[in-house]
Amino acid sequence: MKSLGSFRRKFAPWNDPEAKPFIAVENVTKRFGDFTAVDDLSLNIYNREFFALLGASGCGKSTLLRMLAGFETPTSGRILIDGQDMSGIPPYKRPVNMMFQSYALFPHMTVEGNIAFGLKQDGMPKNEIEARVAEMLKLVKLEQFAKRKPHQLSGGQRQRVALARCVAKRPKVLLLDEPLGALDKKLREETQFELMDLQMKLGLTFVVVTHDQEEAMTMSDRIAVMDKGKVKQVATPAEVYEAPNSKFVADFIGNVNMFEGTAAAVEKGKIDIDVATDKMTIRTEATRDCSVGQTVGFAIRPEKIRISRKEPANSSVNTAYGELYDIAYFGDMTVFHVRLENGRIIKAASLNAVRTVEDPLGYEDMVWVNFDTDAGILLTA
Amino acid sequence: MNTTWSRFNIASLVLGFAFLYLPIVLLVIYSFNESRLVTVWAGFSTKWYVSLFHNQAFIDAAWVTIRVGLISATFATILGTLGALAMTRYTRFRGRMLFSAMIYAPLVMPEVITGLSLLLLFVAIGLDRGILTVTLAHITFSMCFVAVVVQSRLVTFDRSLEEAAMDLGATPVTTFFKVTLPVILPAVVSGWMLAFTLSLDDLVISSFTSGPGATTLPMRIYSQVRLGVTPEINAACTILIAIVAVGVIIASIANKRREVNRARDEQAAARN
Repeated sequence: MKSLGSFRRKFAPWNDPEAKPFIAVENVTKRFGDFTAVDDLSLNIYNREFFALLGASGCGKSTLLRMLAGFETPTSGRILIDGQDMSGIPPYKRPVNMMFQSYALFPHMTVEGNIAFGLKQDGMPKNEIEARVAEMLKLVKLEQFAKRKPHQLSGGQRQRVALARCVAKRPKVLLLDEPLGALDKKLREETQFELMDLQMKLGLTFVVVTHDQEEAMTMSDRIAVMDKGKVKQVATPAEVYEAPNSKFVADFIGNVNMFEGTAAAVEKGKIDIDVATDKMTIRTEATRDCSVGQTVGFAIRPEKIRISRKEPANSSVNTAYGELYDIAYFGDMTVFHVRLENGRIIKAASLNAVRTVEDPLGYEDMVWVNFDTDAGILLTA
Repeated sequence: MNTTWSRFNIASLVLGFAFLYLPIVLLVIYSFNESRLVTVWAGFSTKWYVSLFHNQAFIDAAWVTIRVGLISATFATILGTLGALAMTRYTRFRGRMLFSAMIYAPLVMPEVITGLSLLLLFVAIGLDRGILTVTLAHITFSMCFVAVVVQSRLVTFDRSLEEAAMDLGATPVTTFFKVTLPVILPAVVSGWMLAFTLSLDDLVISSFTSGPGATTLPMRIYSQVRLGVTPEINAACTILIAIVAVGVIIASIANKRREVNRARDEQAAARN
């Protein structure tokens, strides 16, 4: 598996201006009556990429996936797969296969029959079909279930049959609609890594639709965060989390404390934000252009905020004082809700790295929260 | 669950069943009557069954009925299934409400009206009345029933099965025959059986639309009864009842067995 890791480490075709996208979505709009599901959306997905479309339900991610598969026709714009314009090409002639959220296994066929279905449509010789089916069963570790019908399988087994069925034809692109949505948490976590390894081994391009951000962060090379039919940001999981480009993305991914204030001073690459409502001054790196007097946003993740009973050294900036209002203990970490004088809650998380802590923080303790100048994100959108 | 039977429960059960089955039981008993008089019991005999099988008119009528039933049920099933598919698939066309209401209307339409209008149509286009017109008439009224039965199955049909088939390279036609039809087959089969039974016992519409040489069994029985009830008719009816009863029992046993097997399989699947 070492080779996979080194491949993943170097994989970043989106930074290469020479690289040609494998799937190009060009200004695609899809309307259902008055409702615009996908709004003038453009997107490039590269060969062998594990690409996630992430968004709340109704953001248009599934519609986009269905347009890639050919079940919906764009109202305007076009989609190219491997350089070929897909307009007017029906689903059964596209070089893509889709794994459905409901798995859509044919209930009247055995596991074998399900996997062989696509191969039969291609007119593959019988002995080759048998060999390919056997190979697929081995790949998803279902050899002894070949003769079973879908209703005789557990949820996890069904999911693997669905996967085997859509990779059996060796498509160029695999589309996965909430592939792990129906599995329980533990199985889902295992299956995430199985999917990643499978994608690497087969060298396929995966486009996965999910509403589960952890799933998207774990599996994908890049994530497209979608809202109201538009792509808000396309970036690697780390970039989306650490450098969101807008308040929406910052708020959508993970936990965040949001501030809004006026830019008071900009100098030497730093910016001071006057947060009047919380009587706080935030000093952060001026990663975006902004002028004095402009209203700006600031986002900071809970795990980047320190919490203590003692007043921090430089308490004139990036510091607030309040009452410990709520404690959420997760085992691996604890999230503290600190209530400021004006009632505002600031979330601060700390890792429980040692088993016992002397004098732990308790409810109603008065605490200081404080963070570094490079810990948060300046937002102007 | 309450397993004790109150006297009231028993009484209402007996009364209900008596109301339903007493006439049929009487009919079956008197079909084994020795006497020619239907209402006077004169000992057990199967002679009316023997004489029934020597009655050429009855045999002919039975043969006509079966032929009309098989052909009309088959065509009604094809047309009704297509109609149901259209009604469930194209949900966004103008006047869909009117269309679906029109599918249901013949179910409640008085048979006399259906029969009469068909008769007028056949006369207008100059079609000689006979086995063809009866069959056509039976297709007309029974396809609505098939459409309703199949439609109720299609409403719960998971469209992603068809999409999956097409995604795997199957053309729409292949998808229909390899995926859609096998999945909805139980509904199509029960639609066919419903159409067949409807055709089997239809009297009114048949009377309007049939002609010489196309007398169906219900028509034969009805005309015979007008000349006086003979135990032969009782025997014919008993055979009909037996056929229907056996059919119903086989269907429900098969259904029950399938359910039990399925429940057992699902439990087994959940365990491993």
